[in-house]
Amino acid sequence: MALLEIAELSKRFGGLTAVQKLGLEIEPGEIVAMIGPNGAGKSTVFNLITGVYAPSSGRISFAGTRIDRRPTYRIASAGIARTFQNIRLFAFMSALDNVMTGEHPLMHAKLWDSLLHTPFGRNEEKRVRARALDLLGLVGLDGDAQTFAGSLPYGSQRRLEIARALAGNPKLLLLDEPAAGMNPREKTDLLALIREIRALGTTIFLIEHDMSLVMQISERIVVLDHGESIASGTPAQIRSDPAVIEAYLGAPR
Amino acid sequence: MIYLYYLVTIGTVIAASRTERLGLKRGLYAGLGALLLIAPLFDRNDADYNILADTGIFLLLALGLNIVVGFAGLLDLGYAAFFAIGSYSYAMLASPQFNVHLPFWALLFIAAAIAAIFGILLGAPTLRLRGDYLAIVTLGFGEIVPQVFQNLTKYTGGPSGISGLDTPNFLGHSFGVFSLPYYYVTLGLIALGLWLASNVRNSRLGRAWVAIREDELAARHMGINTTTAKLAAFSLGAAFSGLGGVVFASKLSVVSPDSFQFSVSILILAMLVLGGMGNIPGVIVGSLILTLVNSVLLPQANTIAAAIHLNVDFTNVHLFIYGAILVGIMLFKPEGLLPSRKRRAELRTALGKSEA
Repeated sequence: MALLEIAELSKRFGGLTAVQKLGLEIEPGEIVAMIGPNGAGKSTVFNLITGVYAPSSGRISFAGTRIDRRPTYRIASAGIARTFQNIRLFAFMSALDNVMTGEHPLMHAKLWDSLLHTPFGRNEEKRVRARALDLLGLVGLDGDAQTFAGSLPYGSQRRLEIARALAGNPKLLLLDEPAAGMNPREKTDLLALIREIRALGTTIFLIEHDMSLVMQISERIVVLDHGESIASGTPAQIRSDPAVIEAYLGAPR
Repeated sequence: MIYLYYLVTIGTVIAASRTERLGLKRGLYAGLGALLLIAPLFDRNDADYNILADTGIFLLLALGLNIVVGFAGLLDLGYAAFFAIGSYSYAMLASPQFNVHLPFWALLFIAAAIAAIFGILLGAPTLRLRGDYLAIVTLGFGEIVPQVFQNLTKYTGGPSGISGLDTPNFLGHSFGVFSLPYYYVTLGLIALGLWLASNVRNSRLGRAWVAIREDELAARHMGINTTTAKLAAFSLGAAFSGLGGVVFASKLSVVSPDSFQFSVSILILAMLVLGGMGNIPGVIVGSLILTLVNSVLLPQANTIAAAIHLNVDFTNVHLFIYGAILVGIMLFKPEGLLPSRKRRAELRTALGKSEA
């Protein structure tokens, strides 16, 4: 069974159709990329999956359950985490607190555990903290645990956002342009990081404009144009697909 | 003599906030607590404890509002409504009004629970609002609640309120007409309040609040149910003022709607702004300074003025004084006297951007 199943998904904003009858399936353990020109509706698809927007029509199922029209926090708790195109860290929280906030869905502390610092609450807090430090290590930010997220350099912020998204132990990770603004070295590191995350058992669905990165990392690519899926297949298939070349990579000279 | 309490407390809190060593910090607070506990052995002037008990009530209110505004970032301009609800809970359940005479100690819990429930009821309609809009709606609630108490004459005694409230007992001993027992009660409640507030600050819920305050959409993507988290902030904050209300009403032995005007909400908010919003030591310092001005300095200025036959009433200018203090702090230290690291960074960034 597919981990994520999107069928007949449409989203209209007034007269504008941002997503048109989109169908898409992502199998567990895959790395799938979504590409397309600016304004093709890629981020809208992410916002539909995470419940920021309600679909105008169509279905989204995650691990066999319908998730469209569920509130965002429940979708997140069900195991879909994401990063944002324009980084949305908690700028004035430490890097460590950002990741610990990401662990929210894994935690069971109730109001009274928080208020009274019960032994259960304290132990959980300790565990969560240790795990957050591990995750900071994974993305190479162990030295910056106490730094405000907003004062970190740009590339570090991108990686911190990934650590925060991973903190909830998601089954599916949505990355919205993770390489944007990164230099070639940071991109190489990012490539390794994404592979490492997949090795830990997380399925990855990413939006990315950097073609070389997309071609290197994805097992499958979906191409979106004007809200419609115009092609889907392996990197090699996409590279030679005439419709894609015309819509996105530019007509051959 | 009374100044000593304020000076020692403010000094200790500032000293404690300067050190990073947790042991020393705890030691300083414990020492301060012990000192305040034994102070009545040396100071037998009950008038001092009258002022200090009132100070304690306001500190309790400030700690509660700090949860709503400082931690969760929900600007509440009608916080006095919950103070009123707490006070009236005591007035209705421990007085000849309905001939119900529940014990003071039980009513602390009951009033806190009633205020918490109203926190949820009044918080629920505001959940989708942010910033200015939230402030306007809470301001409205703050006006409505005293109006309701004023006009439900049959139950609340109308504008003249309810009087002849029960005097609390402790192990069979009546508090009598003394302020000292109330001083000890507020001391205990403040210790409890400080413990709860600092616990919740560093917890799953506390982080959720800060996350909501920073970026509500991102917080939802972390699996945070922003609805319940906000309601928890409203109800917890309200519970604190429920406690404060019970002590306030029992100490005064009378409640009336005019004790819960808009200026009370503003006074408490001013304490947070002055001290440093979101930072517990800052809240303590802010509320001590404003109550010192209000209950000690202004009355004394009056006495001095009367002695030299100067015909001014300084207590009438208290709003002007708050205003001056607030303008001063906005100009010179907008993050407050004792801000958290977070708040300082936020304001520095915000100001840096607006200047650029």
